Amino acid sequence: MPKYIIGKVDQIPPGDRKLVEIRGRQIAIFNLSGDFFGILDRCPHQGASLCKGRIVGLVESEEPGQYTFSRQNEIIRCPWHGWEFDIRTGRSRCEPNKIRATQYPVTVNDKDQLTDGEYITETFDVDVAGQYLVITV
Amino acid sequence: MNIDILSHEKNLLKSRARIAVADCDIHPSPKSVEIEIFPFLSKRWQEYMKTYGVIYRQGFPTGPAFPKGQPNAARRDSYPTSGGKPGSDLAFMQSQHLGPNNIQLGVLNPLQCAQGVQNQDFSAAYCNAVNQWQIEQWTSKDHRLKASLMVPYEDPLASVKEIEKWAGNEHFIQVLLLSRTAEPLGQRKYWPIYDAACKAGLPVAIHAFGYGGAPVTGGGWPSFYIEEMVGHAQNTQSLLTSMVIEGVFEKFPTLRLILVEAGFAWLPALSWRLDKLWDRMRDEIPQVSRPPSQLIREHVWLTTQPMEEPEVSNQLLDTIEWIGWENLLFATDYPHWDYDDPSRAMPIKIDKHQKESFFLNNALKLYGLEQ
Repeated sequence: MPKYIIGKVDQIPPGDRKLVEIRGRQIAIFNLSGDFFGILDRCPHQGASLCKGRIVGLVESEEPGQYTFSRQNEIIRCPWHGWEFDIRTGRSRCEPNKIRATQYPVTVNDKDQLTDGEYITETFDVDVAGQYLVITV
Repeated sequence: MNIDILSHEKNLLKSRARIAVADCDIHPSPKSVEIEIFPFLSKRWQEYMKTYGVIYRQGFPTGPAFPKGQPNAARRDSYPTSGGKPGSDLAFMQSQHLGPNNIQLGVLNPLQCAQGVQNQDFSAAYCNAVNQWQIEQWTSKDHRLKASLMVPYEDPLASVKEIEKWAGNEHFIQVLLLSRTAEPLGQRKYWPIYDAACKAGLPVAIHAFGYGGAPVTGGGWPSFYIEEMVGHAQNTQSLLTSMVIEGVFEKFPTLRLILVEAGFAWLPALSWRLDKLWDRMRDEIPQVSRPPSQLIREHVWLTTQPMEEPEVSNQLLDTIEWIGWENLLFATDYPHWDYDDPSRAMPIKIDKHQKESFFLNNALKLYGLEQ
């Protein structure tokens, strides 16, 4: 599958997200503390832009009156109906095995790893040393 | 690598491919009450609002009775780029919703403003101001949009005056009430409103929410917003039952009723239950001369949003057939968070005729807007 260079790593700071279009597909790129994830920017429920949602944590309850809060800033909540998706896996919180956001792997590559012609850089100049984000679509 | 945001042209291309839609529930808001509504309010009521605010008939002094699923109950992507509240900018609504979704008719239902206000004279003045505002800011600028005639429904005589004032005005296509009222909506107190609406040739739409002062359930105040969301169906079943049983449809045989944003899958079960009991207790309510299900079929339409989403999606087809395809009106609820997208909301394959009726023609026919 073709690999596309999205941009430089420092263009998406930790906790931030960015919308890119690759081969006609809108893809939301998230930076979770230095780990990068790509998710198709269309909620599998009714198609809202997930990139416009709020990044939240996971609230769970063992029994009424007891709450745990974990996975801070690792869940994207749909801007329309509030469906929650695990940014790391794309799985929905409510129906993880049935409803999931399509994921695209994102890797961090040094500039000197990008010289073998395998990468598509249509409009992006890779002329500066440093680390680049590469997505496989 | 390509990075660009979906261009306007692409959106236009998409909209051309999409089926034409009547959206029977759009919520406009003023950018600012002072700037947009005050010009239509007398100085007396401007000063009153500045001094005392707007006191609704509800247990909590300010804001909605329950917090919402998203701030302002709005889609997070619906805040206009020019600033202001969701639904407050016509150009943004056109580019985000009306254009891309190929909306041919959009019915405006202003909420959280003039209705349910405890000061009756203020409610009447505020309703009148919002009616003028809808024409000034919305329907005169975009002819796809039509206004709802706001009435201070707890004062039926003032409501009748407002209906008579606007009767025949092409900007208004329905009289708007809210579902949670001081008394069940079938009771005689409200009959003058139905009478005036029939005389003006306007259907009466009843939108979920409101300020009756009573809990949304029959069993007290629930703890969670999700219970209020489900409660709209209970509350709307109660008001529909009241209207059927009190004899409203017998008294006003030309009355057309639209139930907005309360779901619809509950209707078959309610009709079956009403019919069963009507057989047995007909002599308690001799004013109801026919099975309730027949009266409902003839007089009641329902907007679809928020659509029920059964796991076996074909069950929705059965439900719609029990209700009648011609009795449903598609709605999105734009810009609210529980918005139904016209291209995704119908989970089952339906034939062309059903699709055109469901998304467009039922509404055009009901509102008398067929070409």
